[in-house]
Parts: sequence; C-alpha cells; structure tokens
Amino acid sequence: MATVWIRNLFAATMLMGIFSLLAASLYVLLDAVDVALTEAAVGAGLSIILMLGALVLTTSKEKVRDTRHNLLALVVVLITGGALIYGTMDMPGFGDPEAPAHQHVSPRYTQESVDEIGIPNMVTSVLASYRGLDTLGEVLVIFVAGVGVLLVLGPGRYRRRPRGSGKAQE
Amino acid sequence: MEWLGLYNYWVVVVLMMTGFYVVIAQGNLIKKIVGLNIFQTSVFVFYISLAKLDGGTAPVYVEGTTAYTNPLPHVLILTAIVVSVALTAMGLALAVRVYEAYGSLEEDEINAQDEQDA
Repeated sequence: MATVWIRNLFAATMLMGIFSLLAASLYVLLDAVDVALTEAAVGAGLSIILMLGALVLTTSKEKVRDTRHNLLALVVVLITGGALIYGTMDMPGFGDPEAPAHQHVSPRYTQESVDEIGIPNMVTSVLASYRGLDTLGEVLVIFVAGVGVLLVLGPGRYRRRPRGSGKAQE
Repeated sequence: MEWLGLYNYWVVVVLMMTGFYVVIAQGNLIKKIVGLNIFQTSVFVFYISLAKLDGGTAPVYVEGTTAYTNPLPHVLILTAIVVSVALTAMGLALAVRVYEAYGSLEEDEINAQDEQDA
C-alpha cells in the first residue's frame, strides 16, 4: 500500500516488485502453482525491468501536489468499493464446492483431461488444447503490443519536436 | 456466520479500490500505470480465489485424488498476466514518449503546456 504514498518512483517500482512476489506466494497458497510461477517470473521480473527502463528514460521524481482533487476521487472510490462489497453478499463462499464456477466444464477438465490429452498437468492441457485459441489470441496481443512499443519509441527518437524540452518554455 | 466466508472478495475489493484510487487521483503517469497493475492483480486474485476448492489439491494429476482446484481460472489468469505485461509495456512506452515531448510526467504540467500552445 505504501506504493501509493511514496513520491520516489524508483522506490514505488521496488515496492511493486515485492507486491507481485507476495501475490505469487498467495497463488501458491491457493493451489495455483502455474499462475504463481508466471506471476513471479513475469510480474515480479519482467514488469519491474520494464518500469526501471522507463524510469531511466524519464525521471524518478514525482512532483508533490496538493490533495485538493483527491477528496472527490476518494469519495468515488469509496462508493464503488461499497457497491462491490454489497455485490459480494450474493457470491458463493470461499472454497465452496457447490459454487457455479466448479459446476460447468471444470469437472470434465479435472476428471477426463488426463485420459483425453495425456498430460498430468491440467492447466497445461486446458491452456494448450481445450482453450488453445485463447492462447493464440494472447500471442497476438503480445505481438501487437511489441509492434506498438516499437512504433511509439522507435522512429520517434530521431524526430524531435521543435518545441525542445518542455522546461525551457515555462 | 455465513458471510465471513466471503472475506476473499473483500480483500480483492480493497486492493482493487486502491488501484482505482491511484489511477484516478495521481497525476503522475508512471504512478497511474503502477495503479493499473495493482488493479489487475486484484482481478487475478479474484479469479484464483474463485478457483479454490475446499479439500482440493493443485490441478496436477495424482493417483487416487478426485478433488482438484478448478484449472480453468488458472488458465485464464495465465493469459491475463501476460496480457497485463503487454499493457504495462505499451503504457510505459507512451509515458516515455510523452516525457520526450513535454519534459514532464505530471498530468497538470502537460495540460498547462497544451493550453499555452493553443
């Protein structure tokens, strides 16, 4: 939570890494080992490297601002949060075997995927076989993001705006 | 106390609202991306906690076990984590570009410069 208050963006980035790592350990506790592995590698590793790279290219100091608008934001956030808490009252309890999420296709995945696909890890069989099209979509998203980053950062380097550095104008 | 079994959702709501607050209240672009990441993580935790089954084990086949945690949300979140990194990369690239053009990452300074130019 300290991430929100810290002004130094470098420290905020480090705290985000710790946050990711905590999330990964939470996933292990919740039996989601594959997700934990991905979160630890991608969330805590790759994301942080990206953030650090961006900080190198920009600045790690955040301006101290007055908290005038923040009151309105706080009210909006509290109202939304209250509505969401109210919404959870109808949700199935934590770990409830009767929950709708455990009823539809997942019994088939857990009971038959080993015979149908032949891979003991069910997450892998669902990812690569039953929902392989999703994974294709994911690869597409990554490709588009990569192209986007190249488009934004690549040629722009050599075509500086005539205004020069923004600080000089103030 | 039936409603006490819903605490996982409340953790998610608190996390999500923290991220939401950062996104709408902070003026710094990098900080907004951090907030977006917190928001996304809260959604991941939500899905993973939905998948949890009492007495279930991790969804890897073990001889003689029939109760497994639901693998489907795990798969969806696996995809979502990777997509979230793509999103972070894209947002940071835009932030870097904005910084090159304006010399600042603060929303109000950028707005002030835009008004000066207009």
